[in-house]
Amino acid sequence: MFGKLTLDAIPYHEPIIMIVAAVMAIGGAALLGALTYYRKWGWLWNEWFTSVDHKKLGIMYFVVALVMLLRGFADAIMMRTQLAMAAGGAAGYLPPEHYDQIFTAHGVIMIFFVAMPMVIGLMNLVVPLQIGARDVAFPFLNNLSFWLFAVSAILVNISLVVGEFAKTGWLAYAPLSGIEFSPGVGVDYWIWALQISGIGTTLTGINFFVTILKMRTKGMTLFRMPIFTWTSLCANILIIASFPILTATIALLTLDRYFGMHFFTNDFGGNMMMYVNLIWAWGHPEVYILILPAFGVFSEVIATFARKRLFGYKTMVWATVAITLLSFIVWLHHFFTMGAGANVNAFFGIMTMIIAIPTGVKVFNWLFTIFRGSLELTSPVLWTLGFIITFTLGGMTGVMLALPAANFVLHNSLFVIAHFHNVIIGGVVFGMMAGLTYWFPKAFGFTLSEKWGKRSFWCWFIGFYVAFMPLYVLSFFGAVRRMQSYANPEWQPWMILAWVGAVIIMMGIACTIIQFWVSIRDRKLNADLTGDPWDGRTLEWSTSSPAPFYNFARLPEVGDIDSFWSQKQRSNEQLDDAPYTDIHMPRNTVAGPVISFFALILGFALVWHIWWLAAVGALGVVVSFIARVFNEDIDYYVPAAEVARIEREHEKRKTSAPSSAASDREQTNYVEARA
Amino acid sequence: MQLPTHWRRRGTFVLVVLCLLLTGCSSALLDPKGQIGVEQRSLILTSFGLMLIVVIPVIVMTLLFGWRYRRSNSVAKYLPDWAHSNAIEAAVWTVPCLIIAVLAFLTFKTSHSLDPHKPIESSVEPMEIQAVALDWKWLFIYPEQGIASVNELALPVDTPVRFRVSSGSVMNAFFIPHLGSQIYAMAGMDNDVHLIADEEGVYPGRSTNYSGAGFSGMTFDAHVTSPAEFDAWVENVRAADDTLTFPDGYEALAQPTEYHPVEYFSAVTPELYESIVSSFHGGEGSGHGGHGGHSSHGDAISDAHDSHGESSELESANASQQQAAIGHVTNQHAGDDHAISGHPTSIEAGG
Repeated sequence: MFGKLTLDAIPYHEPIIMIVAAVMAIGGAALLGALTYYRKWGWLWNEWFTSVDHKKLGIMYFVVALVMLLRGFADAIMMRTQLAMAAGGAAGYLPPEHYDQIFTAHGVIMIFFVAMPMVIGLMNLVVPLQIGARDVAFPFLNNLSFWLFAVSAILVNISLVVGEFAKTGWLAYAPLSGIEFSPGVGVDYWIWALQISGIGTTLTGINFFVTILKMRTKGMTLFRMPIFTWTSLCANILIIASFPILTATIALLTLDRYFGMHFFTNDFGGNMMMYVNLIWAWGHPEVYILILPAFGVFSEVIATFARKRLFGYKTMVWATVAITLLSFIVWLHHFFTMGAGANVNAFFGIMTMIIAIPTGVKVFNWLFTIFRGSLELTSPVLWTLGFIITFTLGGMTGVMLALPAANFVLHNSLFVIAHFHNVIIGGVVFGMMAGLTYWFPKAFGFTLSEKWGKRSFWCWFIGFYVAFMPLYVLSFFGAVRRMQSYANPEWQPWMILAWVGAVIIMMGIACTIIQFWVSIRDRKLNADLTGDPWDGRTLEWSTSSPAPFYNFARLPEVGDIDSFWSQKQRSNEQLDDAPYTDIHMPRNTVAGPVISFFALILGFALVWHIWWLAAVGALGVVVSFIARVFNEDIDYYVPAAEVARIEREHEKRKTSAPSSAASDREQTNYVEARA
Repeated sequence: MQLPTHWRRRGTFVLVVLCLLLTGCSSALLDPKGQIGVEQRSLILTSFGLMLIVVIPVIVMTLLFGWRYRRSNSVAKYLPDWAHSNAIEAAVWTVPCLIIAVLAFLTFKTSHSLDPHKPIESSVEPMEIQAVALDWKWLFIYPEQGIASVNELALPVDTPVRFRVSSGSVMNAFFIPHLGSQIYAMAGMDNDVHLIADEEGVYPGRSTNYSGAGFSGMTFDAHVTSPAEFDAWVENVRAADDTLTFPDGYEALAQPTEYHPVEYFSAVTPELYESIVSSFHGGEGSGHGGHGGHSSHGDAISDAHDSHGESSELESANASQQQAAIGHVTNQHAGDDHAISGHPTSIEAGG
């Protein structure tokens, strides 16, 4: 009846898991209770869950990502604590079967359920506004993508209390992930969580690719697009080209595990090297899917706060395109030690190094944007400066790893761990924090507290170096990744230092939480009434904050890079007073959450081999999708009078606000000094 | 490796600084005990020094520009529309290109000179040791001596050693940090790495590729000794009570264990390593412990490398013929396991 699922699947005997589960249950119950008490269910369902508004979806992506960041970070600090303890033969407090799940979950969660949704969330929030569009090309698909991602996150969290998670490392290398060596359900949770969210990501890639190519406003040629939009375009091309590889690879592993096939097994002609090649043929472009949009954020932030045009716009674009192409011919550098010949290794090593050239050029272009600029040292700028320093060091260690002959002693060591945290924290996390702070007022209509934002930055920045520099040192002693304990007691001081770094980063996360609290409390004082709190350069700042659901009452026309900035320079320009017209908008849809709910049932049933329930889930997905296809009531018109009313209110708020963005900010500072 | 002298000098300087940082030369990679490791240290330090040419200016410029062009500094020049300069563009493309060109040259050269499959030139006759990763221990077979050990390795100083590396289970990687290069251990694959030790001592070795619950305990000590002491070690192993037979003894050993103690085997079934490798090629089932232990012989043993493919294939063919014979002679298999497979599969490692 319930397949492999029995009551034994719940780990009662693991106190750590049960405490976490209890905390989650209490927190969840409190949240549900509050929603019921304040009668917010209808609001949540109608205004958010079924919404096809790209801005709301962007916000929801970020909310889930921040919750999952807490989960992923809890894993991180547990691992660091274990390694700070388990020296010289000591067992620590986490046995291998638990520790191995934690490092797997940490990697999977941080990449798929924190970094990806932050990047995609930011693209959702910003790209349509930057290109002067009213929504994405396929609004329903956008909602479906979000929900497929969200239910995958739920599936990963279910694995915490029902059964187990994979004990294979985040990429589940075969043959360890095969049924013979991992007979439990952990790898199956990994498979279905990644398959469901991967399909969502592929849909997002198609959606934004079409949106950027087809929905740009009048006058916005490709070479007038803001850099963030350019980097998003390239990231989405990478998604379209690489995510199907992931889907196919995991499908083959699924056939091995469920149907006894032998694609990646040790015997019967299976080939584990094929798995490693395929997974990295997706995995390497994946890291550029994460970092390219972060590059875009830094470009926007630095140009805005230096009040200066981005240095070398065209160079930036071509560097981004070059990185996009090169990212597909470097995957073998993840396994130089597999034993390929010298020429093969040299080719992939050199290709990898060549990526350092366009990346280096980008770094110099950011620096020369600051040069002869007027840089305001806001928290997004601090994140950017911290990024330039940290990412450059990470790039350097990356090139060292790209030398095959050096890689032979650095591979699989803590050097690799230090390197990719160096570029992912220094690049993606710093970028997302900068982007979050920068575009927050556009999403919510008020700015975030600068004081707590800067504190968060300093904690992350210092914490990163304290946590990860010791790992570089340890790698030279011969310490490898994924050790649950180690014999050499000389390593312990460095491990304890790394633990201290993790605690400092934890303080950074706490500062961000306090930042949200303080900013929401003071939202009236920090309100962005003009829609342009930073004296911005691109179109998203030309509409109100938060942007109306239709984004632009009249679609803007663009004649330049940074067109909003140049428009502001021609200050005596007559306001456009042409009459408003009806606006065509997509309707909200229940199909996204419903299809994804059935996908969750399908995933859970497949994990536990509950075949009847899997049939219910599969049927539910198909039927609800077909129902959506036959629903023709999917759009409506906002009457011109309604648009005029909303715009009048915005104008009224604007005139009540202090005249310039600068004085607006002074008010903010005053509020903070007081608080 | 032939590096320009000034780079060597800078490398040495950086080395000294790093050594001070790393609590006095106790670091395996910065204090290597073999020729391969020494060359790899030199490569790491050279590339590090080369990249500092860009990294240091970037960090300085970040801090300098960030401070100089802060908004509150009314002295600094502010040119809001200045966004292009051919001279700067040329410089920021040229400098990274030049550095990467040098690094690319180094990459190509060292990929060949430090190719793990390349035999080490030496006046001393090379020896062969076969390493098999099991759950979760290392089996070392000395084919020339006809002995084997678990989780302990001994090798004579200044003698080039060809480690043939395979796995009886999941993927692992064989690594002795003090000596240099690691290489993946994969079931059914015959991989190899050539190493040499210049100095006597005991150097820790381990698997670097995560392989499951007992991974942390997959460590061993590599004893680098004088030739005489090595002979004594061999005699000591030969005096052990246990022998290792294939498949029965091997399959018992291959059962998963954690933190396995050191074990010696005074004799092993001939061509044990080849038998383990080819046990995955038959298509009748797995050859590793606890999962049935079917094995069939006669397939070509795979060749894990490109550049030395031909010679190894010859070896492999030889080995499999011998094996088929051994299978009959030692008479340890059920009848159907002896059959030479009708459709040999050859699996190439790497590229």
